[in-house]
Amino acid sequence: MIDTPYILQAKNLTKIYGENVIFKDISLDVHKGETIVIIGPSGTGKSTLLRCLNLLTPVNSGQIFLEGEEITAHGVDHDQVRQKIGMVFQNFLLFNHLTALGNVMIGLTKVKKMPPEKAKQKALHELERVGLADRAHHYPAQLSGGQQQRVAIARALAMDPLVMLFDEPTSALDPELIGEVLGVMEQLAHEHMTMLVVTHEMGFAREVADRIIFMEKGSIVEQGSPEDLFERPQHARTREFLGKISELYGKKEKK
Amino acid sequence: MISFFEFFVRFLPDLLSGMGMTLLLTAEGVLAGFILGLAATLARTYGGNFWRNLAIGYIELFRGTPLLVQVFLLYYGLPGLGITLSREWSAFLALGLNSGAYQAEYLRGSILAIGEGQMLAARAIGMSKWKAVFYIILPQALRLAIPAWANEPVSLLKATSVVFLIAVPELMTRAKLIASRTYDPISSYLAVAVLYLVLVYLVDATMKWLERRTRLPGFSAVGER
Amino acid sequence: MVNQFFSYIFQGTSVTVAVTLVALPLGLILGLLLALLYNYGGFWVSRLAAAYSLIMRGVPPIALLFILYFLLSGRLINLTPFWAGSISLGIISSAYQMEILRGALQAVGEGQMTAARAIGMSRLQAIRYIIIPQAIRLAIPPWSNEASIVLKDSSLVYAIGVPEILRRAQQLSATTQQPFLAFGAAALIYFVLVFLVNRGLDLLAEKTKLPTSMA
Ligand SMILES: Nc1ncnc2c1ncn2[C@@H]1O[C@H](COP(=O)(O)OP(=O)(O)OP(=O)(O)O)[C@@H](O)[C@H]1O
Ligand SMILES: [Mg+2]
Repeated sequence: MIDTPYILQAKNLTKIYGENVIFKDISLDVHKGETIVIIGPSGTGKSTLLRCLNLLTPVNSGQIFLEGEEITAHGVDHDQVRQKIGMVFQNFLLFNHLTALGNVMIGLTKVKKMPPEKAKQKALHELERVGLADRAHHYPAQLSGGQQQRVAIARALAMDPLVMLFDEPTSALDPELIGEVLGVMEQLAHEHMTMLVVTHEMGFAREVADRIIFMEKGSIVEQGSPEDLFERPQHARTREFLGKISELYGKKEKK
Repeated sequence: MISFFEFFVRFLPDLLSGMGMTLLLTAEGVLAGFILGLAATLARTYGGNFWRNLAIGYIELFRGTPLLVQVFLLYYGLPGLGITLSREWSAFLALGLNSGAYQAEYLRGSILAIGEGQMLAARAIGMSKWKAVFYIILPQALRLAIPAWANEPVSLLKATSVVFLIAVPELMTRAKLIASRTYDPISSYLAVAVLYLVLVYLVDATMKWLERRTRLPGFSAVGER
Repeated sequence: MVNQFFSYIFQGTSVTVAVTLVALPLGLILGLLLALLYNYGGFWVSRLAAAYSLIMRGVPPIALLFILYFLLSGRLINLTPFWAGSISLGIISSAYQMEILRGALQAVGEGQMTAARAIGMSRLQAIRYIIIPQAIRLAIPPWSNEASIVLKDSSLVYAIGVPEILRRAQQLSATTQQPFLAFGAAALIYFVLVFLVNRGLDLLAEKTKLPTSMA
């Protein structure tokens, strides 16, 4: 391990799908224990950025470093890297044929080759962390959306990741279920888990984020502390977007 | 040993003479099967107890036994009861009865998909049950069944091949004759396989074309498998 | 006499069952391999698998059976009619089973693969532990249909002289002069066999079914 204050570092990332440049020259430093919230309009490349950081999609150019070691270098075992970077998806993506416990255990037994008994202990512990120990034997179809997402978080946490990526973890949830998921994430932030969160939940961003990044059309327009961004946005676009979001958010609340 | 291509060209006329019978059997089978299948479905869905059970019995019996056994039962078996049919009639009847049982299931699927609601609405404006069936349910159900049903001509075309075992003079029978004449069964059956492949492709393309032509806007294919 | 009748045809039943028990698993193994190649192989491999399926499914089984039979019991490979016929039926079925499994694999969806890769599974691990267990459940209903088709198609090996149900029925019909009874009995046995296969696989589907939604 190379001595560095950054857990995750991206340098000049560019991603192109066919003719479409999704983002260009994006650089990002993530400190240990930091919670970063990424906001921005739809189609801006937020999901793609997270997928690239996790090596689920290759970047076209640029470098990514995990604890100072380049993971975009040749010969790096991608599966090894992904164990250390947890990811939570918008649509949960639990393994439908496994119980909650099975979902959390399978990475431990099959990827980390942990003995089943030990894996079960750890999986139960992770489920407890997200408040779902009593649902261990339920299948995904028997869980509410909020519960499914919490299992997905437990599944990612079980791998003991260095950093967690969240891609709009609450946007597929009914309003009354959003809170329980955000609650778990908030608790993780307090435990100093390093997190990168794409979300439109401005309340969460304001309360929990150490830094907010505003992305638009494939580049980072502005970033800063919540106070800076909310109270003193430097760019007109940032102000406009925040205005729209809170308007939308307000509408949702009323429903 | 001559090359397969030469072989194919040399015996093509022979094989083509069997193609007429194959296509005739397919067309007859599809048509007879449609009529039988429609009758069976209506009996099963809307008929009284007796008719329903009769239809279920017919459908299950013909779907639950091999076509070849059905062909043999009609051709070799019926004379035992004093009914003698020619090879062609046995083949035609077996194919029609068999196809009818399968077509009944396609139709039933789409009638069920239309749902009770349409029947209810028709009865509510004073239609009798059978009027509702013919004017409201079937026009929708038949269209809905087209995509699934479009596979039936192709599968029946392939199915006709088994009737060569009672020596109906169709494609396979020709291939068998060529095989015994040339002592080259592999080339003979390969040649007939090529012909079947072409026929299957043509029938399939025709059905796809018909399917597109009959498509109604906003009417999705529930029956698609 | 009716007793003798049935017991004679019943001996053919064991041959029919044996043919099916060779052909069906063989078709499953080949079909699964082909489906995996189609879904996860490269461009050309996938094209080849698709062409195989198209050709095998475009030709009547009886024609393929003859081609394969003469290949498998010819000069190079010389199998008995039973083995040549059973293996041929298995090869024919593999194309249909490939289509079933291919559909099931696709129905599981890309998301499950993504989620598996995201916790650090390799592609093979994801296929083995996440995709296949789900695909198999989805495939059971169409597969049980294919199982009864193979059982029924096993009657085709009659044409290459394997003493299965139909061949026995024909022999009986000749010796007893009771063709309707002989072939009727054959039909009845097939009917029962097909019924049992369908029922058995329904039970399996029921047993392996995942809970569908919140109670
Ligand atoms: N696999 C792909 N192939 C081609 N284009 C893609 C692919 N995935 C995403 N894109 C394109 O990349 C762009 C950015 O998509 P992305 O999902 O990253 O946006 P986003 O910021 O997450 O938007 P949203 O808020 O709607 O989730 C979009 O224009 C999308 O069409
Ligand atoms: Mg997104």
